[in-house]
Amino acid sequence: MARRRPTAFTHLAPSNGPAVRLDAIVCSTNNLDGVFVCPSPSTQKEHHVSVTTAQDRLAGSWQFNPVHSSADFSVKYLVAKFRGSFEELDATLADGVLSGSAKIASISVKQESLVGHLMAPDFFDAEQYPEISFQSNSIETDGDDVTVEGELTLKGVTKPIHATGTLEGPTEDFMGNTRLGFTLETTIDRTEFGVSWNADLPKGGKALANEVTLVVELEFTKV
Amino acid sequence: MRLLAISGSLRRDSHNTALLRAAAALLPPEVELAIYERLGELPPFNDELVSDRPAAAQHLWDEIDAADGVLISTPEYNSSIPGVLKNALDWMSQPLIESPLRNKPAAVIGASTGMFGAVWSQAETRKVLGAIGARVVDRELPIPTAHEQFDEHGRLSDEDLEAELLVSLNQLIEAVHARAEARRASGETDPALA
Repeated sequence: MARRRPTAFTHLAPSNGPAVRLDAIVCSTNNLDGVFVCPSPSTQKEHHVSVTTAQDRLAGSWQFNPVHSSADFSVKYLVAKFRGSFEELDATLADGVLSGSAKIASISVKQESLVGHLMAPDFFDAEQYPEISFQSNSIETDGDDVTVEGELTLKGVTKPIHATGTLEGPTEDFMGNTRLGFTLETTIDRTEFGVSWNADLPKGGKALANEVTLVVELEFTKV
Repeated sequence: MRLLAISGSLRRDSHNTALLRAAAALLPPEVELAIYERLGELPPFNDELVSDRPAAAQHLWDEIDAADGVLISTPEYNSSIPGVLKNALDWMSQPLIESPLRNKPAAVIGASTGMFGAVWSQAETRKVLGAIGARVVDRELPIPTAHEQFDEHGRLSDEDLEAELLVSLNQLIEAVHARAEARRASGETDPALA
């Protein structure tokens, strides 16, 4: 008797072409050899999503270039954006997995006198939680547009985040090295990570927004 | 463990100093509580003098630096922090990056002869400590009608209030332990955070 085992299936293009993901194509086995029978991609065009897993562009191990990288944040204070950055960064890109971290103590803001308060328990509590870190679960590209799903750890709290941006390269530099660059942006609710300082305004409302935009520029050289 | 206790009142018969003595009597033997007695010697804060801190300010700075935690008991003057206490905290806050209160576990309690037990003053003291970067216990202990609260041995005569005081003290002690634990776990701390 035939077994039917519907499943979502990732259909891979021939090895010399880009990987193509097809959403929710139902495949089934109808014999005891366990051979999957799937509708061909051409008959499933309505399900086709033009997304690649980007593994071809990210394949291998890469070395981080901190000089050509940055991690910036911005958050609305009263009526305008307050901006800052973390200067001491580290990142790795290996086998298609992106991870990185920034030292809280390396925070840089235009007003030096704010640093003490930002590192205090009211904000980042740098003594107890010296780093902010990130690890990707998936990286997908559509042309040069890139979408990264992953987990951000801030002040000891880990939450899933969704970042979008662009992927540049791989490009060969003057020395014959291969470089790759990410620009990624995401918005987090800082209060979900326990960074919840605020101040009441005289006529109601709060001084500092909860939504914080994080932007990273990460450059790598192929090892 | 050494706690430095600061009373926001300079009066000899201060209810807040009495509250700190009542707190000292509740602490386990391994916790030493020293009540700071020279708050009145601090001159008015002047930012120009921070680079050559007056001796009285330096003395308090060193005492806080040497303590594992800080316990403040504050009255409420005109709905806010007594000037003498705020003045001391201002001296302790500059330069902020070097402040001995940074990351220091701190708890605030308070007594007043009125009905509210200095709750506003306690809230504002916690806010000021947070801005300086202390690890502030998120709890208040209002002792209202303070002139009626202490028995002849200097203890709080209301058992419920005494139990509440003990909760505040235990949270401060826990914060000291938690900080020590975190510092041990992380090994060397960044010099910028020290």
